[in-house]
Amino acid sequence: MILRTLFFTLIIRPFILIILGLNVRRRENLPDSGPAIIVANHNSHLDTLVLMTLFKGKKLHMIRPIAAADYFLKNKFLSWFSLNIMHIIPLDRKPKSKDGLFKGVYEALDQNDVVILFPEGSRGEPEQVSRFKSGIYHLLKERPDVPVYPVFMHGLGKSLPKGESVFVPFFCDVFIGEHFLWEEDKKAFMNTLENEMNHLASEGSFPLWD
Amino acid sequence: MAFDALSTEIIYVLLGILTVLIVSSVFTFGLIKWKPEKDFQEISDRIKSWWVMAIVFTIAIVINHNISLIFLAFICFLAFKEYLSLIPTNRAHRKILFWAYLAIPVQFYWIYIGWYGMFIIFIPVYMFLLLPIQMILIGENRGFLRTMGSVHWGLMIMVFGLSHLAYLLVLPGTTGADAASGAGLVLYIVVLTQFNDVAQFIWGKAFGKHKIVPKVSPNKTWAGLIGGIITTMGLSLLLAPLLTPLTMPGILFSGFMIGLTGFIGDVNLSSLKRDLGIKDAGQTIPGHGGILDRVDSLTYTAPLFFHFLRYFYFT
Repeated sequence: MILRTLFFTLIIRPFILIILGLNVRRRENLPDSGPAIIVANHNSHLDTLVLMTLFKGKKLHMIRPIAAADYFLKNKFLSWFSLNIMHIIPLDRKPKSKDGLFKGVYEALDQNDVVILFPEGSRGEPEQVSRFKSGIYHLLKERPDVPVYPVFMHGLGKSLPKGESVFVPFFCDVFIGEHFLWEEDKKAFMNTLENEMNHLASEGSFPLWD
Repeated sequence: MAFDALSTEIIYVLLGILTVLIVSSVFTFGLIKWKPEKDFQEISDRIKSWWVMAIVFTIAIVINHNISLIFLAFICFLAFKEYLSLIPTNRAHRKILFWAYLAIPVQFYWIYIGWYGMFIIFIPVYMFLLLPIQMILIGENRGFLRTMGSVHWGLMIMVFGLSHLAYLLVLPGTTGADAASGAGLVLYIVVLTQFNDVAQFIWGKAFGKHKIVPKVSPNKTWAGLIGGIITTMGLSLLLAPLLTPLTMPGILFSGFMIGLTGFIGDVNLSSLKRDLGIKDAGQTIPGHGGILDRVDSLTYTAPLFFHFLRYFYFT
């Protein structure tokens, strides 16, 4: 916990604040405490770091990003870093059975943590939103009262896209929407999610990146 | 060597700025009290931001020569980053942007060691010739001209142009009384340029009728421009004897030049924003917009004032 605080205070926050630069709209919409789920579009490893820096002081420790077990538990060091510093909830991307798949997530939600989920599943093509997977619907079926907070980010996929190691600074936009709740009707729920994200994305006018 | 730059003259000018800020804050406070039905949010945001900018700028300029250089390098970085975040960019050419960013610390290193010859050709000659080599190595021809043209234009305006402010710091020398006069020069050009922006705005609001360049910037009027230039020349008469070695013709010319070219720098970046279809370049400074919206006039006044001064007073 102390290492996490140090890592974020000394390295990540100064880096994101000074070198990168954020333009956050409606920070007050973020949850003060859990249980809650933050859903965001995913273009870069920086996404999780940026979302975590939106929470200051002790609140940082209640943030739990869901991350792919096959990638983030690849080796000993990465696994130690992911579990202890980033405080991830590892998720099996190709489970043999669905039983107990979300056990870690439910544990986190039940102790009032805020869980970060990227419904696209992976980072994908930079600055393009791919289809949202319906895992979030199945996840929330058993915790229907947990509110969902949509966040749209732009620019991080330009700064550090998948497969690139050179970091290039850009000002990044972070738009936070109004939270909503799970619905029984799967199609309706997924539509709500998609509409919220499209609505947030349409707030910005982003330059061409081709 | 802390507070090298705090000469008595500079303290007078800083006290003057403080007075102007207090008067405008009191005035805005009065407006809000007397006319509660009107919305003064933007003007009040603006003045608050002026306070922050004045304090940060004063601290950065006054404490120590090296801190001033780092601060100005950071302003160049912010302006250039804002620009690159606004323009269309090519994914394959990400590395070009990376090398362009690296030009900032290098350019400021030349300033730090006072190598004028290198400072003046590094971006116009060497970066201009080196960036295409990286482009050729990447091998993506599509969008070659767009990337090269837009990246180098940005480097020229936001790094080369603005870094002239920093060279003013080392133009006279870097220790003792010389450090004070370097800081005085920076204070002179920055205060006059920002004051000129405000003066043109106020004259334009009060008497503006005939638009100068309606397609580029519909709020710019002849009354604003001429009133602004005259007011700026007046302030230069007051400040130049305290902060610069300028003699009378030089004082009047510098005031006139800052008034006129500050206007040009402003509309130059307005053209860019119109082309990109945006109003403000960012949201960094409440009430003002982005960094670029605040340093636009300086991109013209800083290099022009620098070369005027260097040619007539420091060679």
